[in-house]
Amino acid sequence: MLGNEAIARGAYEAGVKVSAAYPGTPSTEISENIALYDEIYAEWSPNEKVATEVAIGASISGVRAMASMKHVGVNVASDPLYTISYGGVNGGLVLVAADDPGLYSSQNEQDTRCVARAALVPVLEPSDSQEAKDFVKFAYELSEKYDTPVIVRTTTRLAHSQGTVTLQERQEIEDKTYERNPSKFVMMPANAIGRHVYVEKRMKAMAEDGCSFEINRAEYKDTSIGFITSGIPYQYVKEACPDASVLKLGMVNPLPRKLIEEFASKVDKLYIFEELEPVIEEQVKAWGIQAVGKEIFTVQGEYSANMIREKILKEAVSNKEPAKVPARPPILCPGCPHRSVYTVLKKLGIHAAGDIGCYTLGAVPPLNVIDTTICMGASISTLHGMEKAKGRDYIKNWVAVIGDSTFLHTGVNSLMNMVYNQSTGTVVILDNSTTGMTGHQDHAATGKTLKGEIVPAINIYQLCRAMGIEHVVEVDAFDIEKLEQIVKEEVARDAVSVIITKSPCVLLKGNVFPYKCKPVEDACKKCGMCLKPGCPALTKNEDGTISIDDTMCNGCGLCEKLCKFGAIERVKA
Amino acid sequence: MTKNIMIVGVGGQGTLLTSRILGGITLEAGYDVKLSEVHGMAQRGGSVVTFVRYGEKVAEPIVEQGQADVLIAFEKLEALRYAHFLKEDGVLIINEQQIEPITVVMGAAEYPKNIVEDLEKVHTVYKMDAMEEAKKLGNSKVFNIIILGMAAKHMDFSKETWLKVIEKTVPPKTVEINKKAFLAGYEG
Repeated sequence: MLGNEAIARGAYEAGVKVSAAYPGTPSTEISENIALYDEIYAEWSPNEKVATEVAIGASISGVRAMASMKHVGVNVASDPLYTISYGGVNGGLVLVAADDPGLYSSQNEQDTRCVARAALVPVLEPSDSQEAKDFVKFAYELSEKYDTPVIVRTTTRLAHSQGTVTLQERQEIEDKTYERNPSKFVMMPANAIGRHVYVEKRMKAMAEDGCSFEINRAEYKDTSIGFITSGIPYQYVKEACPDASVLKLGMVNPLPRKLIEEFASKVDKLYIFEELEPVIEEQVKAWGIQAVGKEIFTVQGEYSANMIREKILKEAVSNKEPAKVPARPPILCPGCPHRSVYTVLKKLGIHAAGDIGCYTLGAVPPLNVIDTTICMGASISTLHGMEKAKGRDYIKNWVAVIGDSTFLHTGVNSLMNMVYNQSTGTVVILDNSTTGMTGHQDHAATGKTLKGEIVPAINIYQLCRAMGIEHVVEVDAFDIEKLEQIVKEEVARDAVSVIITKSPCVLLKGNVFPYKCKPVEDACKKCGMCLKPGCPALTKNEDGTISIDDTMCNGCGLCEKLCKFGAIERVKA
Repeated sequence: MTKNIMIVGVGGQGTLLTSRILGGITLEAGYDVKLSEVHGMAQRGGSVVTFVRYGEKVAEPIVEQGQADVLIAFEKLEALRYAHFLKEDGVLIINEQQIEPITVVMGAAEYPKNIVEDLEKVHTVYKMDAMEEAKKLGNSKVFNIIILGMAAKHMDFSKETWLKVIEKTVPPKTVEINKKAFLAGYEG
């Protein structure tokens, strides 16, 4: 089972009844798997704040609930998270946060444990798929026992690794009775002051009780070396030093101080082996315990067993030079509608404030259209900020580009701001009818729920119009002539405008590709125009003409349109 | 003894499906197994790696440099990129397909020449143009299963078990073609 599947199974077995999430690598498969259980109501919410609040509502009403998200999603959810830490729960409440050491698919490498410490929320950290399932169940027990939301923290390597898992039956948990309790769930100052006192007590109690939790486990073997570790790094320790003593922490916030002090006193040399921030290390050292951690281990990227072999055991590890080979960065798929839009923007010399999605690849060669990418929804508001700082003329060769799912996530707020504060900017919504990068999840504008029900779809065009934006245009993403005309008009306009470019993601299920593009024999003038958008199906031959790989080509016709010499034809596939 | 297998290729070539069949067969044979995959942005036409480790008890989910017993490469350049992960006596299975990365298409880098020949000088290499073979079978997509069939010859599971696991793992409509593809690699 994939770590994420195991988390879903844990939710099922724990009797969870409500799950809400916004997709984000490496957390997406949690919800996709939860959705397969008929006993659990599961939804894609428009963003992580909404998802967390949905789970909070479910918890207050008395059922076990889960919200899951990637690490940066926790930032979006942090407003409700920080305060529900005070309020606590009725039915158990678990938030799964998936960190991404090594940034396989993220815009930063933040450590959720730091957020949890600030929010005074306990954190469990499993180290394989079996534990992922078991810890989720234990998290619900803790949540209800200590009246607290609990974070289960995973990392990419856990979320996307498969291991064997023993399954159990679902516990049917009786709903907790709901009683009105404003002192707990109405967080205005007078109530919150009291709850803060409770929260501090709770964390202290958990730190003490944590010393006897089974998930915090001292494995005494050779005591000349001892490791304090948790999560996936535990596996690297077991791989490299199977005979060393290990204190495996299943709960990394709050730390079980007495257990740690006892372990430290029994080993000669103590190492703290944790990916990303020195969260355990700084606390342990602050207690006056001698230990080695970030002096020899990095705060960046993923760890490995070889790091221990090299830095601690001083063993020679394979250090063969990798061959010098051309890089193969990710690229937009053949037939991707984003490529067509970027080709037009590039031709017009337009800069784009970008956003989060596959289309962020518009920042890299050969497209080079996007200048900025910060976080979900930021394209629109950063463009607005530029205009307010430098004036209308400054953004006459700028647009904001944002995907449909990202627009509904947090872009829509920024667009409201543009209207309210009289921006003249142009927003291009790249509507490919799905959440593309995370693997095609539905959203409020697709007309289908996570459970597969057909529902009314939010109409993005009407939504923009309803905000009072007069100039909203929809255009086929592959109609490059029309799109060019529209972009020229809208960026020149002294009013806020929205261009919605439409064409489904090529990878969407059910797509049919009736055409293929083919070079016309002896017609190529070797000008290279068709190669400019960087379609991976096209390659340049040694004589300067081009070939099109017909297994890759989806027949979008962009290259055919760009060829001025009729040297590419679009034919029936 | 833990056995380490790596599958490398270009996003979209089906490394995930192949690794899941591998994971399935190790479980079927009663081993502990860990698989590590890459999802998300890296999948979009980028260089992708999947690790499969099996044995009595597996801790670490990744294969590190110099540890791979079998390296399955769905593309030549990716074989070269990850060859240093092979053990001294490791086996390299190469699909002789050339997919030019964007850096090459744009002229910023050159696709190395004689990759397979150079790798053969230092490693035990088995190669095939599986794409051609797959086209002969009538479905170019199954080239990855042909390559898996080639690799299967260097692992300790029976043909019957492989076919059983393929049947369980691939979409029902594609069972027959995938079995044919596997046999083309296994018996070819």
